[in-house]
Amino acid sequence: MTTTTTDAQLSFRRPSGVRTVKNGLATVYVSIATLLAVIPLVWVLYTVITKGLQLILSSNWWLQSQRGITPRRDGGGAYHAIVGTVEMALICAAIAVPLGIMGAILLIEYAKGTKVARAVSFMVDILSGIPSIVAALFIYALFITIFGFGRSAIAVSCALVLLMLPVVLRSTEEMLKLVPQELREASYALGVPKWKTILRIVIPTAFGGIMTGVMLGLARVMGETAPLLILVSYAVGINFSPTSDTMGALPTMINAGRDQPPQMPGYERVWAAALTLIIIVMLLNLLARGIARASKLKEK
Amino acid sequence: MSVTDTDATERVEPEPDAAEDPSLSPVVDHSAVSLHSPVPRVVAHHAPAPETIDHAERAPRGVKLAKISKTGDRVFRSLATTSGLAIVLLVLFVGIFLLALALPSLQANHDNFLTSRNWTVAGNELRFGIAGLFWTTVLSSVLAMAIAVPIAVGVALCLTQYLHKRASGPVSFVVDLLAAVPSIIFGLWGLTVLGPFLAPAAEWLISKIGWIPLFSRNVDPKGSVFVASVVLAIMILPIVTAISRDVFAQTPRDQMEAALALGATRWEVIRTAVLPYGRSGVISASMLGLGRALGETIAVMIILTTPAAGRPFSPSIFAGGETFASKIANNAAEFDSPSKTGAYIAAGLVLFVVTFVVNAMARVIADRGVKS
Repeated sequence: MTTTTTDAQLSFRRPSGVRTVKNGLATVYVSIATLLAVIPLVWVLYTVITKGLQLILSSNWWLQSQRGITPRRDGGGAYHAIVGTVEMALICAAIAVPLGIMGAILLIEYAKGTKVARAVSFMVDILSGIPSIVAALFIYALFITIFGFGRSAIAVSCALVLLMLPVVLRSTEEMLKLVPQELREASYALGVPKWKTILRIVIPTAFGGIMTGVMLGLARVMGETAPLLILVSYAVGINFSPTSDTMGALPTMINAGRDQPPQMPGYERVWAAALTLIIIVMLLNLLARGIARASKLKEK
Repeated sequence: MSVTDTDATERVEPEPDAAEDPSLSPVVDHSAVSLHSPVPRVVAHHAPAPETIDHAERAPRGVKLAKISKTGDRVFRSLATTSGLAIVLLVLFVGIFLLALALPSLQANHDNFLTSRNWTVAGNELRFGIAGLFWTTVLSSVLAMAIAVPIAVGVALCLTQYLHKRASGPVSFVVDLLAAVPSIIFGLWGLTVLGPFLAPAAEWLISKIGWIPLFSRNVDPKGSVFVASVVLAIMILPIVTAISRDVFAQTPRDQMEAALALGATRWEVIRTAVLPYGRSGVISASMLGLGRALGETIAVMIILTTPAAGRPFSPSIFAGGETFASKIANNAAEFDSPSKTGAYIAAGLVLFVVTFVVNAMARVIADRGVKS
């Protein structure tokens, strides 16, 4: 009986004027927001490339240091800074990667769902929120005030460990979660002990994802400046020794030269160093994405 | 045809099959068969009960199981546990050591640490307080959050609700790459490029609402909190966008379709289904971004002009200033005496506690959102 009345009244109307306008405004808003979000990257890259490209195209930039070169003089390169940045990041990775992977193994393979796992996971959350300057102050307090060592590149690496560890641990954890349980069970059924299963089955399956985390962690610590300011002095010469108290690095090279007036040759080197740093960090990020895409495990 | 105990003959039915393979046939069943009188011929003739028992006992002896060594497992497990313990201790040590080194200076401090704006740490009489640092730190970070969150939510909605998957991939890639740019480069760019670009906007704001103390005209508008906040907003935009995007993408499909079926426009679907679902995720993401902004060091240090000593304090966003992090980094070269270092470490400790609280709140909000 009601069907006849509804049939008669049923009409598909377009949304009323106010609703259409609101909908349109929302569309405009999200478009503008997206545009605003894309602009800064393009703008920053444009600035850095236009101001720094010329210098890094010469081979001297990659092969020479700044020894004996004053801000008023042309010449020299960033070799010392690149060496320092890479060396400190690698020492940091040598500590942070094993620690992070073992921590993730504890969380997923051994202590899943226990109080231990919750405590460690909570601490990792705190660690990932620690400002780099606090990490640097902690290492300063520990190494220099309490142990009485001097400033050194190793101290910087240790401060960077605090920043890289959560990145590696979280990405490893996510990947271990994605390894199918059947693989582990198949291995156990063949009588393989748990530790060998983890080392030979679980880790190789998750390897791509773990490498992605390592690359992203490296990219993050290479761009950090605060620990460098507090824990090591900037050196203009080439120095390979991680225990000496001076070492060049790209961020401190930028910081040391940034106060010069724009007409000085040294000012151009600041932007060239910035471009070099961006290139290294972006390459690591792209590499991480490439590995993630090629990896066997995919998020469901 | 179930194997229930109702009738003896029915119960025997499946027996012959099992008896074909002596190792499969459980001993108990055979004794059961022998108890119930009409024993089927097949079973009786080729598998008498005692023999089967023998078989069953002998079977494990034939399989050689190697002893599994537990040593490897024990070593590996303790390695993993040690790593976990190391991580826990590391975080505890950060708090403990900072506190231990800050305490002597705090005790020697002649000013109130929380309310003073002085920072005299050279010489014998320590007079320092964090009121000025706290104001600049919180002001710049909250302003950065106020700028970044609306944009990030817009981008996340655009990526999940408006753009086709093929188009949203590259856009999120670009936003993610923004997070990869080192902060010192943002600082350099903010001071030399963005600052001058924003100057007319700042001038306009001052001329219109300069009578509010928060927007009052100041001596050094070049390296102002305003410019630092815009740069901080750019720096936290990727993290807020990424988390909001992931939350919005998980909106239950049926709720969105229900809204559509009721004739909702795309905006109404977002308002009634997507935003309520993602609210706690967005709040949590904003807190994480706030934590990032509070602790950001080098970009803020490069941009903010340090006010000359003795100049009266100004609450304006167009004034310079120093945050916790920039204060410490600016004076890193001066850590020569324990009392001086202790004062800076005390500032670092406050920063640690503030970021800890903000991050913990983010976690609690996120967890509560998951439960409800």
